[in-house]
Amino acid sequence: MATDVKDERTSSETYETAHEKSSVFYDLYERKSDLKQQTHYCPGCGHGVVHKLIAEALQDLDLQDRTIFVSPVGCSVFAYYYFDVGNVQVAHGRAPAAATGIKRACPEKIVISYQGDGDLAAIGTAEIVHAANRGEKITVFFINNGIYGMTGGQMAPTTLVGQKSTTSPFGRRPANEGFPIHMAELLATLQAPVYVERVALCDNKNIMRARRAVRKALELQRDGAGFSFVEILSPCPTIWGKEPVAARNWVLEKMVPEFPLAVFRDRKEPLPANGAPPQRPVAEVLGINQGINNNGNGRRTQPFKGLSINIAGFGGQGVLLLGQLLAEMGTEQGLEVSWLPSYGPEMRSGSAHCWVTLSKSRIGSPLTAKPDVLIAMNEVSLRKFADQVPSGGFILYNGHTLPEDFPMPQAQVYCIPASAIADKLGSAKAANIVMMGAMLEETGCFEPSTATRFLEAKVKNPTLLEIDIKAITAGCDAVDHQVNLGPVSQPDGFA
Amino acid sequence: MAARGKVTISVDECKGCGLCVESCPPKCLELAEELSPYGVHPARYTGSECTGCGICFYCCPEPGAITVYRLAPPAKKTSTLVAEPVAP
Repeated sequence: MATDVKDERTSSETYETAHEKSSVFYDLYERKSDLKQQTHYCPGCGHGVVHKLIAEALQDLDLQDRTIFVSPVGCSVFAYYYFDVGNVQVAHGRAPAAATGIKRACPEKIVISYQGDGDLAAIGTAEIVHAANRGEKITVFFINNGIYGMTGGQMAPTTLVGQKSTTSPFGRRPANEGFPIHMAELLATLQAPVYVERVALCDNKNIMRARRAVRKALELQRDGAGFSFVEILSPCPTIWGKEPVAARNWVLEKMVPEFPLAVFRDRKEPLPANGAPPQRPVAEVLGINQGINNNGNGRRTQPFKGLSINIAGFGGQGVLLLGQLLAEMGTEQGLEVSWLPSYGPEMRSGSAHCWVTLSKSRIGSPLTAKPDVLIAMNEVSLRKFADQVPSGGFILYNGHTLPEDFPMPQAQVYCIPASAIADKLGSAKAANIVMMGAMLEETGCFEPSTATRFLEAKVKNPTLLEIDIKAITAGCDAVDHQVNLGPVSQPDGFA
Repeated sequence: MAARGKVTISVDECKGCGLCVESCPPKCLELAEELSPYGVHPARYTGSECTGCGICFYCCPEPGAITVYRLAPPAKKTSTLVAEPVAP
């Protein structure tokens, strides 16, 4: 009988895969032309281990398709080459701020902020503290190796007392450089976080504990619980100048006594929902009608889908205000809008411009590389931005004619002497409103009457209001009596 | 009798850090004496004693360097000695 069993086992000796590369990782990493199968991390680096723990948890919890991973600045800056999820890479220390925006805009997504100690505990201290204090429903993985790794081993806020670094060559001295900062404890003093734990990649047992912590933090976010934070003490063999195994032991012997491993917060009861911000479309919140002009009453025959506009000129020409007015009108009409100003420190006569996007669908980015419309209030702006407008878009230029040496751009150009028109109407300051009239006439995105109504509600001074209303009509007329300059656009080229 | 587990290590991905060798509870991994094309001594399975616990997988920083297998539970025997339970 026993022999029978043995025979059977040898004959059916098949192995099943127990642990393999997670499908959350890309098969090959396209960062370099060669060695695409390896990460860029040094041998024995803790980042790889944490990456694996996160990837495994995302796969097991079936969250891969709804995850957005925010990469920091630091050694893990290239995380987006490894994780096959949505990826964003942000400025140094700003990952929690970017994660806040992403999570609020897409509450159903799983948003992970992955940061090192130079990123999170130094330059990004404000962002992490306030994201935690607001209880943003994101998960932050904080990799603490007590040093700036990528830049070559400078002292970090987490560097141990006495630890040598390139910027503390005699060892960190509290009298001069302060004490190591304990981020997990610090964040656990705040009311909002639901889960704060510190783990360490210092031995087998603790790596498995880290695995549970990573999983728990992601589960909490999946369940909508709130801010979760896992600090992971992690070896940096290269900068510490140790062999990988010795570096791992150093975490246990030196770092753990300074940074105790514990669960600092594990809130069972949910935060009171009082005063939670409404998660409703803007138009519904404001109680406004979706009264957008769909009929294409302007020159364009296409139904309006969206429009990106770059308005540029000198400060003081009402450049930013025009953008604001368009954005506010869009809001009132139930559109998604964005307004992104860009200006120098000068309030007057410096150059200023703003991007405005009006759209019937969600706006991905307020920045537009190829605006449909350029309103150039001066020659400098025309020269600077004209090339950005693609064929099919158009340019409204504040002038009687184009500058003589100006090469014809691919977009259609209208010369509207807006300042001169506005001056005749009584105030050169209304040049921006003349341009608004011209733009509305050309795009048909709003009825001129909508703009008039809007201005009536906005402008309190009756004299100015009268000029503004005349300016809209004058702008419409000016564009109607234009001889098109530049190539004739495709009729369907309009956004 | 066959080992309960089995490990394969991709020479293309192993950076020879040795964390798996250090971590392996039954000590069935070692660093190879010869160098890999990347100039490191890659880890390899000695060929016996693996329990399939997976610790080496979690200690290894490379996403795909280590794959751990476990012996499949023996297929259900269709024994002639024991009658199949019959539903009433």
